[in-house]
Amino acid sequence: METKSISRRDLLKSTGVLVVGFSFFGTAARALAQGEGLSVDGMDPTVLDSWLAISKDGTVTVFTGKVELGTGVVTALAQIVAEELDVSFNKVYMDSGDTDKAVDQGVTAAARTIERGGVQLRQASAAARQELLKLASTRLDSPVDKLTVTDGVVSVIGSPSKKIAYGDLLGGKRFNIKIVAAGVGWDMKVAPDVPAKNPKDYKIVGKSIPRVDLPEKFTGEFVYSQDASVPGMLHGRVVRPATSISAPASIDESSIKNIPGVVKIVREGTFVGVVAETEWAAIQAAQALKVTWSEPTLKMMSGPNEVFDYLKNTKSFKDNVVTNRGNLDAGFSQAQKKYEATYYWPFQLHGMMGPPCAVADVQGDKATIWTGTQGPFRTRDSIARMLNIPPKNVHLLYREGSGSYGRLESDDVAEDAALMSRAVGKPVRVQWMRADEHAWDPKGPAQLTTVKAGVDAQGNVIAWDFMDRSFPWSESDANPLLASSQIGMKPTGAGFLNGAGGGGQIYTFANQKVLAADIPWVQQGQWPLRTSNLRAPGDLARVFASESTIDEIAADQHVDPVQLRLRYLTSDKRISEILVATVKKAGWTDRPSPATASTGDKVTGRGVAVANRANTMTAAVAEIEVDKTTGDVTVKKITLGHDCGLIVNPDGLKNQIEGNVLQAVSRALLEEVQFDSTGQKNLDWNSYPVIRFEQVPDLEIVLIDRPDMQPLGGGEPSIVPVTAAIANAIFDATGARMRQVPFTPQRVLSALKA
Amino acid sequence: MARISLKVNGKSRVVEADPSTPLLYVLRDNLSLHGPRFGCGLGQCGACTVLVEGNTMRSCMLPVSAAENKSVTTLEGLGNVAHPHPIQAAFVEEQAAQCGYCMNGMVMGAKALLDKNPHPSVSDIKRSLNSYICRCGTHLRVIRAIQRVSNSSVKA
Ligand code: FES
Ligand code: FES
Repeated sequence: METKSISRRDLLKSTGVLVVGFSFFGTAARALAQGEGLSVDGMDPTVLDSWLAISKDGTVTVFTGKVELGTGVVTALAQIVAEELDVSFNKVYMDSGDTDKAVDQGVTAAARTIERGGVQLRQASAAARQELLKLASTRLDSPVDKLTVTDGVVSVIGSPSKKIAYGDLLGGKRFNIKIVAAGVGWDMKVAPDVPAKNPKDYKIVGKSIPRVDLPEKFTGEFVYSQDASVPGMLHGRVVRPATSISAPASIDESSIKNIPGVVKIVREGTFVGVVAETEWAAIQAAQALKVTWSEPTLKMMSGPNEVFDYLKNTKSFKDNVVTNRGNLDAGFSQAQKKYEATYYWPFQLHGMMGPPCAVADVQGDKATIWTGTQGPFRTRDSIARMLNIPPKNVHLLYREGSGSYGRLESDDVAEDAALMSRAVGKPVRVQWMRADEHAWDPKGPAQLTTVKAGVDAQGNVIAWDFMDRSFPWSESDANPLLASSQIGMKPTGAGFLNGAGGGGQIYTFANQKVLAADIPWVQQGQWPLRTSNLRAPGDLARVFASESTIDEIAADQHVDPVQLRLRYLTSDKRISEILVATVKKAGWTDRPSPATASTGDKVTGRGVAVANRANTMTAAVAEIEVDKTTGDVTVKKITLGHDCGLIVNPDGLKNQIEGNVLQAVSRALLEEVQFDSTGQKNLDWNSYPVIRFEQVPDLEIVLIDRPDMQPLGGGEPSIVPVTAAIANAIFDATGARMRQVPFTPQRVLSALKA
Repeated sequence: MARISLKVNGKSRVVEADPSTPLLYVLRDNLSLHGPRFGCGLGQCGACTVLVEGNTMRSCMLPVSAAENKSVTTLEGLGNVAHPHPIQAAFVEEQAAQCGYCMNGMVMGAKALLDKNPHPSVSDIKRSLNSYICRCGTHLRVIRAIQRVSNSSVKA
């Protein structure tokens, strides 16, 4: 594979396209650039050489634990490095997600990568620039403050002939200096003492530089995790029914004896898989294999309603109070009018386009893994635990998979491949089938949200009591992955809170409480109702509830819904500014909802919502049409406003916003995981539909750029306000309130009757 | 196992495969053509699309034996990074992808559409690509990329 990537890089170098994700240096060259004595437990973050290397020709290689997930983030990170070092963008090469070479910067979760990982790389680059200027000062015999850098060449201000290139200052040698690095993962502070460039001088950051990974993705030359291949590799498939699983009582080997090329049935604990010589043989064998499962100890729930009852009636194990102001009882006792409603959000899929895939080669006490994980170090450590070998014996090489939206933080397939490779002593490639992924995707959890509000005689909102009830992520950092749990490894933690943003804490009300309750859930369930982080975890449901409530109050008080919001959006002017800019772009006219009732079958409406996710401010205006006879909702247009501080790559950001908005429309109108006591029902794209071309609305984007701020998480926050904006638009069109997602024709019809 | 003769991207190829194997796995595993991708194996998503005698086919549903001696075109048959097909170039111009996993289907679907209708309207594009899924939500850019090809062929 390395050989192939060299030729690819050479080919592409000639066309001026930068390659990401492949090592043309290889480990040996890394040792050359960084010196011997590499730490085997990942790189030492206090050594500058752990972060980057400069070769003789001036190429900058950045070693990063952050990985490209299809969001363009690695291009943006390369821009940040090029900017800080003053080298041209195409001299920066990102060596990404190799656990033998990179510092552990924590998992790549889209919204945090620029905000945290970007600042880490910026500071490491600033430290490198500082050191390069020091070296140049000696060589050019000129004080540092008389030096300037253009495209990696340091020269003396006023005498441009006195110059030296980075490559000549350092080429192929180590920096050999220590920097400050405190904390771990994405919270690590890197070289915080080194001054970085003034954003006013930015030339590369802020530009729409084309994505480095895209050209190959349109030609078939890009190598995904699904394309990883090593000599002598066999093919494996997993056997997992779409329901609670338990140990197999018996496996009928004769059921696959007529499929040629089957190598082995792998069975360990409740894990069953098949290894074969060809992919097609493995697929057929996994489908045909007759397994009789023993009675599962974990009962599937009877359906979504049982989940909502359980959410309602089960005591939380942790109440996360995010806002508590004034006195709620006093507020409600003064209220003239009270509002109360409950909102329902279903289990939803990440729905990766390509089922996950990994290649594992386990030989004795060593393992090499090629996979698309969002957390290279988390997956490495999990596999090491499962195989009972030291983490340093597992070498994980990142290969990008299909877009995953949080799903590949729990990179289950890599363990499946490792387990099967160990069983046959050969490298094994495992890809999940579509039904495996629909059933075993660790889903975005269901939520049940109750909002109570009180308004005084003057129409002021004086009481706000918000309670979200949801499940923690059963599949999260501390816990073993699926195969590990199938061979008996136990969970180590209670899981991770499904977020607490979006409960109306953006508003300032006199008496206000916002609470997110953690309801106990099966940890590491060997059942389809596993949970994990799905894009902007939990915020969509909470904003659906809080922004519907604000809208309901505005309508009831005969106030324009934007005007009512602005009264209470006093905590941060960025949020009122994005709201105002967005409604202006959408051509919003000041009037209360609902719209004057029209008489036809098809009615139109507009709705608005606003949100703050991790300090990125967003607002959405939805324009929709409802067919009152069928209940069909058509989203005509979304206007989306977005303020994430400093914008690194405007077109890249717009691409992300477009994708998030369309995914939001899809989740609002179409998506719900269905199951009953026998198992999950939607196991393909027909039974779990997602948005298609004919349902795609027009989209207008409003960006506010703030060069005086740090870059914040971009893109993902734009998924948050869309559901609520659509729900409010349905009310505007029809006078009917939607309380449950998705807004299927049936639910719209019953809301119209209510 | 049988020896099967194929005509892929203009070249004759002979493969050893079980005749029931879907063409997708033969292209990917026997011929190392990774443009067509496995998305569902059910004919529902379009990630595996190839052209057989100029028509789009879901290669996950087509036994390799049924493609014998027919002309098969994969994404690789259109162009490469050094020499892209105008459709591929337009997709780059519009930055019309995120993860790119669905892009084989989008580009091949666009090719089949433009071959039949060089100047499609937005609703023509939406209709003809409606059976192709993109989970990342790049639809609007895909539409713009196809319009870009169509507009430049007006000038040509
Ligand atoms: S993989 Fe063939 S249509 Fe989805
Ligand atoms: S770009 Fe990711 S599925 Fe289309």
